[in-house]
Amino acid sequence: MKLELRGITKRFGSLTANDAISITIEPGEIHALLGENGAGKSTLMNVLFGLYQADEGQILLDDVPVAFSGPGDAMRAGVGMVHQHFMLIPVFTVAENVMLGHEPTRFGGALDLPEARKRVREISARFGFDLDPDALVEDLPVGIQQRVEIIKALSRDAKVLVLDEPTAVLTPQETDELMTIMKQLAAAGTSIVFITHKLREVQAVANRITIIRLGRVVGSAEPTASSQELASLMVGREVDLTVDKKPLEAGADSFVVTDLTHFDVNGVTLLDDVSFTIRKGEILAIAGVQGNGQTELTEAILGLRHRVKGSITLNGRELLGSTPRHILESGVGYVPEDRKKDGLVGEFTIAENLMLDRSFAGPFTNRLSVDFGHRDDFARSAIGEFDIRTPGPTTAAGRLSGGNQQKVVLARELSRDLALFIASQPTRGVDVGSIEFIHERIVSVRDSGVPVLIVSTELDEVLALADRIAVMYRGRIIDIVPANTPRAKLGQLMAGVAS
Amino acid sequence: MTVTAATTGAPAPSPEHPHLAVPPRNFKTPIVLSVLALLTFVVFGLLGDASDVTFRLSDANDAVPLAPLVVPSQLFCIVLGVLSLLLTAFAYVQAVRRRGVPLWVSLVVGAFFVVALFASVGAGNSVPVVFILTGAIGLSTAVIFGSLAGVIGERVGVANIAIEGQLLAGAFVSAVVASVTDSLFLGLIAAMIGGALVSMVLAVFSLRYVVDQIVVGVVLNVLVIGLTNFFYSAVLADNAETFNFPGTLPYLPIPLLSDIPVLGPVLFNQRITTYVMFLLVPTVWFVLFKTRWGLRIRAVGEHPLAADTVGINVNRTRFWTVTIAGTIAGFGGAALTLGSVGAFVREMSAGQGFIALAAVILGRWNPWLAAVAALLFGFSRNFRIWAGQIGSPIPADLIAMTPYVVTLIAVSVLVGRAVAPAAVGKPYIKE
Repeated sequence: MKLELRGITKRFGSLTANDAISITIEPGEIHALLGENGAGKSTLMNVLFGLYQADEGQILLDDVPVAFSGPGDAMRAGVGMVHQHFMLIPVFTVAENVMLGHEPTRFGGALDLPEARKRVREISARFGFDLDPDALVEDLPVGIQQRVEIIKALSRDAKVLVLDEPTAVLTPQETDELMTIMKQLAAAGTSIVFITHKLREVQAVANRITIIRLGRVVGSAEPTASSQELASLMVGREVDLTVDKKPLEAGADSFVVTDLTHFDVNGVTLLDDVSFTIRKGEILAIAGVQGNGQTELTEAILGLRHRVKGSITLNGRELLGSTPRHILESGVGYVPEDRKKDGLVGEFTIAENLMLDRSFAGPFTNRLSVDFGHRDDFARSAIGEFDIRTPGPTTAAGRLSGGNQQKVVLARELSRDLALFIASQPTRGVDVGSIEFIHERIVSVRDSGVPVLIVSTELDEVLALADRIAVMYRGRIIDIVPANTPRAKLGQLMAGVAS
Repeated sequence: MTVTAATTGAPAPSPEHPHLAVPPRNFKTPIVLSVLALLTFVVFGLLGDASDVTFRLSDANDAVPLAPLVVPSQLFCIVLGVLSLLLTAFAYVQAVRRRGVPLWVSLVVGAFFVVALFASVGAGNSVPVVFILTGAIGLSTAVIFGSLAGVIGERVGVANIAIEGQLLAGAFVSAVVASVTDSLFLGLIAAMIGGALVSMVLAVFSLRYVVDQIVVGVVLNVLVIGLTNFFYSAVLADNAETFNFPGTLPYLPIPLLSDIPVLGPVLFNQRITTYVMFLLVPTVWFVLFKTRWGLRIRAVGEHPLAADTVGINVNRTRFWTVTIAGTIAGFGGAALTLGSVGAFVREMSAGQGFIALAAVILGRWNPWLAAVAALLFGFSRNFRIWAGQIGSPIPADLIAMTPYVVTLIAVSVLVGRAVAPAAVGKPYIKE
């Protein structure tokens, strides 16, 4: 099916998320929409899917104008979507999720489960998936959950399939498999819209590329275009994709984690005998697919978790069993993976967020009151130093863009004297300009002789920053390898294949 | 390999997973079971009363009379206590081996405790089994209707605090309409409409105007109490003959089935309201878990955005589901008047709507378990009535407390962590 978007404009208040975007996707084509986080790709697709209504413009399917008042209309017209955040109900089975909204029924509305299972099996067989229709979705790994999403769309005869950042949660192997599936679908006549910000994937699979920046189409390219060309189109200027790093000058062992185990209330193992050492002036990056214990590990180090055993020492001092406040005061800087939930108070101003960690004592408070003058001076200097784009220190942190929010967190955490720096997903949802800046700051922390622990699910980021790489899989560190380990080898480790 | 992880103290390595951390042992269940077993053995047994206790299984006029069961109270409780202690020991063994304690073990120890409690309180007296069970069902009826309404509401993602108001509205409307029209049937219909109207107000404010569901629910309860109290004093009290004299629904014994010993009179000689309750529990379960409508209800309550992306209208589903839950609660209100005392009394729901809410959570948002939890409530109330009648030496309030304590313990141990529908109480707001 041919899909044409003509002059789509979508505004949210004063913000124009999509500005007269026109794209044509031919039948059987894999069309990549390339753009930074916040460029307006997801908004555009939500307009296509009927979740948002466009302020201007037209959607045409096979040259016929259509109007979708909701996702139901879009699906009936043959548009399917695999959302970035899966639209699956975790406590439902695969079959229940696939049939939801168009359930096969017998007499009186009773569900026809055998028929639903059969559909799941038929479609999975077509692509060689081995999916149990009766498995609960919450028990499945994310890569498999994504297949459920694809089957969900195909079970409604989707002729146009939109994949919104589908590789964000996948291992390199799973990404390769997904690309095979995409090619298979395209060969069968399905038009595919592939939304991403990863250049490598675009080059590998797309037939054509449209680049979106700040809500506008800024160009199109062939898959043969070089990474530098694509990146500068995407960002709007020349970008340097490599991180300048001095050779490692590692000092003594500083941060030592030994035999760390952690269980949830039901006795399920979350961390399984985790041990590693970071030397002064060294970056250890933890790679792995999301949900393999990285969150638990950083939170355990920060004293945010119960039922943790083992040992965590920083320069010889035991941290395990201390309160988060004591751990922070012993010189740990921490950038949490979810800055909106754990890193900032969105309703607070930038200035207030910058002093959150030292509200009890220190430079910002004097006895019972806050030293407002000092707080605001500090905020102004941090805004300057960290290039935080904001009207001023009294702006609510929640109103900033992802990159600027992250810089606020970074400014706060780097303003103490550090003995250890932990950054989890430091550049998730952050624009390319900010990524360069954040990476430079992390490297300068390392160069000042502080041990640095980075957790990232982005292999590119791991490879750019790490001096050594630890790969986590199912709560374990499956291996610790040098920074020059080939990508394919890391991919195997991330999938749990030890050497 | 440069992995530095140690492997000491771990169980036998497997090729797929060379070293596995061992989870801590969980002694929660055995500890609770030992408390129950020791209470049975020591308090009801060793410290018990040596006189006989008579379990009366049938009335004189039953079709199939059963001989009463007479046992010496103390010895009986000691036997139950020893059996409970043995089962508890088995539970400890399981826990040490890091295996789960089978559910039946907990259930049997709990049941022994309750039977021993009856045997101990009833020493030197008789325990009318049929009376206790029938009364328990009668006293639970409204709570079960309320808990079904609560389960349905929460499953679709709306916290229904207004069950109390819906019960009360149903009770009031059914009494007045049945009195005025002289038709018990119209009274039942009116109760359903009354409950539905209260629900619709909840739905409109919480879905259309996105007011906090708890706040709307509490306000509705106060509103219904105020309105019914006002009309009761201003109209009903002075004209009881006209407005508050509906009569009660007749008992409808089912031929043959009602002659079964013990179960017959308990289950098959009841009023229409009770039969509806018996049918409604499986029906609600079937609808929620086996039909298209139920699948959509649960989808909306778990992940409204996901439901929206497959073309389900979230707020419309919520509105009608909550309204239907209101009709069920309203019908439960009629069980308080037409199905019981035959008149409306001020604030006669007396907190049963809140007990129903507790039953929803104790019952893990499952109609069957919620009904069982609600039944436990009626059972406790009736136990207290019986203990008062036979003049037990133990203070009645203390006795009345025990079933609740047992329930709480049972729930915390057996049920584990209950997981509510993920989107309960959260409004779904589209851009």
